[in-house]
Amino acid sequence: MKIQVEITRRPGLRDPEGATAARALRDLGFTSVSDVHFGRSIVVEVDGDDRDQALTDVEDMCRKLLANPVLEDFTVEVLD
Amino acid sequence: MSEPIHRQLGMTDGEYDAVVGILEREPRPAELAMYSVMWSEHCSYKSSRAWLGRFPTEAPWVVVGPGENAGVVDLGDGWLAAFRIESHNHPSFVEPYQGAATGVGGILRDIFTMGARPIAVWDPIRFGSLDDPKNRYLFSGVVSGIAGYGNAVGVPTLGGEVEFDDVYAKNPLVNVMALGLLRREQLVLSAASGVGNIAVLLGAATGRDGIGGASILASASFDEASAEKRPSVQVGDPFEEKKLIEACLELYDRGLVVGIQDLGAAGISCATSESAANGGMGMDVDLDRVHVREADMTPGEILMSESQERMLAIVTPEDLDVVLALAAKWEIDASAIGTVTAGPQLKVMHRGELVAELPAASLSDDAPLYHRPVAVPEYIETAWATEVELDLRDVPNVLLQLLDDPAIGDASWIYEQYDHQLFLNTVIGPGHDGSLLRIKGTDKGLAVSTDGNGRRCYLEPRAGSARLVYEAALNVAVTGAKPLAMVDNLNFGNPEKPGVMWQFTESVEGMSEACEALGIPVVGGNVSFYNETDGVDIFPTPVVGLLGLADPMPQSPPRLDRAEDGMDLWLVGDDERDGDLAGSAVARVLGAPHVGRPASPDPAAARSAVETALALAHVAPVLHDVGRGGLAVAVAEICIRSGVGCDLMEREASSWFEESPHRLLVATAKEDGPPAASAKRIGTFTGTNIDFGTHGSVSVADAASTWRQAIPRRLH
Repeated sequence: MKIQVEITRRPGLRDPEGATAARALRDLGFTSVSDVHFGRSIVVEVDGDDRDQALTDVEDMCRKLLANPVLEDFTVEVLD
Repeated sequence: MSEPIHRQLGMTDGEYDAVVGILEREPRPAELAMYSVMWSEHCSYKSSRAWLGRFPTEAPWVVVGPGENAGVVDLGDGWLAAFRIESHNHPSFVEPYQGAATGVGGILRDIFTMGARPIAVWDPIRFGSLDDPKNRYLFSGVVSGIAGYGNAVGVPTLGGEVEFDDVYAKNPLVNVMALGLLRREQLVLSAASGVGNIAVLLGAATGRDGIGGASILASASFDEASAEKRPSVQVGDPFEEKKLIEACLELYDRGLVVGIQDLGAAGISCATSESAANGGMGMDVDLDRVHVREADMTPGEILMSESQERMLAIVTPEDLDVVLALAAKWEIDASAIGTVTAGPQLKVMHRGELVAELPAASLSDDAPLYHRPVAVPEYIETAWATEVELDLRDVPNVLLQLLDDPAIGDASWIYEQYDHQLFLNTVIGPGHDGSLLRIKGTDKGLAVSTDGNGRRCYLEPRAGSARLVYEAALNVAVTGAKPLAMVDNLNFGNPEKPGVMWQFTESVEGMSEACEALGIPVVGGNVSFYNETDGVDIFPTPVVGLLGLADPMPQSPPRLDRAEDGMDLWLVGDDERDGDLAGSAVARVLGAPHVGRPASPDPAAARSAVETALALAHVAPVLHDVGRGGLAVAVAEICIRSGVGCDLMEREASSWFEESPHRLLVATAKEDGPPAASAKRIGTFTGTNIDFGTHGSVSVADAASTWRQAIPRRLH
């Protein structure tokens, strides 16, 4: 089973990478850009067919390793 | 029923009443926010101020003493050095990478606020045992944070020091010292002057970073609930800082600023009130002019935000357009947010409404001052009545255990992550007693050493703290630099405990006595209290940062790797002392009870050691301060680094590990004879073994591999 993890910076936290991209986009003429937010996408493949268990496990993996809960939020979903 | 707001902000009822007294009315929410941060322990030094006046702060070469953003000393020929030390302990526990990174950013701003270009950074850091994965996470995160920010902003990190002890497990210590260089005419101070002058906020947009960080993170102890404090974490942006450094240095060069202040703890509240108060003026501030990251921020949030990489410059109205154009050239945002007034009021407007009006100076000058109770803690009597007992007869084996200790072993795992050659000024980099930097275009060199020893200070805060000054002085002297001035970072537990205040007052006294003995003024410092977790305080851990001037710099300064086969090894200094195992590295490494009373240092011997080192630095190939782990470790360090063995003369087993102060090892060519009148020959470099005679021997190769693996083997 494949679990899709989306990791985004927690709202309100500074995002220098996004701010730099936004500035560069405006310099390129995309004047409508007001902000850019970077995140990460991860796919975890797990054995077994208990979807709820798999989601719980991957959430735990996010808290312990894949995401930095101090700076980042995450969502998990099963890819079909 | 919920707590009153002032208590949620960390203010006592008495402090709240004092605010009401100053304003002669109930404070508005934004005003309460400002007082709560500015009167926090972190900003106001309310528990320590009463004692800090003890430090000697004057000398003919002191240009700026404590109280400004950094201390400044005169190096001669128009050169000045600005330096400062700060802690970022609590933020680094919450988020090690960003906590350490923003610590570097903050200290650099303190340096270029004075008009100086930052030229180097040092990081004394302390963690719990590396056997615990959480400590490994904190340790590696902090080291990458320092490297990530320092390397990217383009300022070399020349080392520091590291200690591991479980007392720091839930409260790591992350101190950072920075040094900058400037010409005398470039010196800038923070005071705002000139009615009608404009306050310009330069740099990053203001967001909800570290809201209340100073009062909430730095001034209260941690417990399990602190996970909820996470959203206040600050995120650093070294490239923004680099642009800010260059923009500010150009502003100074072109004479465009009247005064300037960096934004750190308490953000805009602190910068506007301090610039106004330092100039004896007032200021009108319009928060709608502040460039913000989120539109819905409250006035209190804008005032308290600790967003990184921001500066507040005071400029004349005529120069405003030029300043804004210069900022645009460096791609940094700039907004005119205020106007200097005759004072004394600081008036803050938001969306057409008056949100704060208070005497600017009251935020700093009227801050509470506490004479907290002081009492000798209970552990002292027992500790002092007990002798340290250790079996040290197997000298080679004990030495290997010491070399395997991550605080003594090779620190290159740490400093290889740091760029320590940027600017190409580094003459002696990390891994030696002290660092040495050349001042380009002159014969002068600047040396720095940072020193701390929490375990010894716990057993004897006065003697332990005095020894830090003497050790740092010797560490810079072996590079050929005369000790010039000092900064200190006083990391202590909860000051509301009389025992912690005793540790603090004894420590201040010890450092002051040592500074007086060597004629070293203290030009700045930082106090970090409330380093306790779940009611357990850290060891009292003052860290000193000492600056020395070598003028001229030795042609070929001593190094640890220049011993050669056939050279003699000499010991300078008295080692016939008792009590030098208490608080020692060997007692810790062998797991002995943490007891004993460390012996006091000897000011006359300290002066003589420094003078001897200064003279020998110009002639000796190897000159090494005997520090952690005593003689055995000091000898092994030379043998490992030089790749040569040493036949050592007989001495009592324990004397190889005692940490008597004021001692130097010197290697000289055989024909040169004794390097000093008091020098005793203790061995000859030869072969491939460190040979302790009847105590046995260890091969340099084994010693080296143990020493090299001390940190890496615990991380992988």
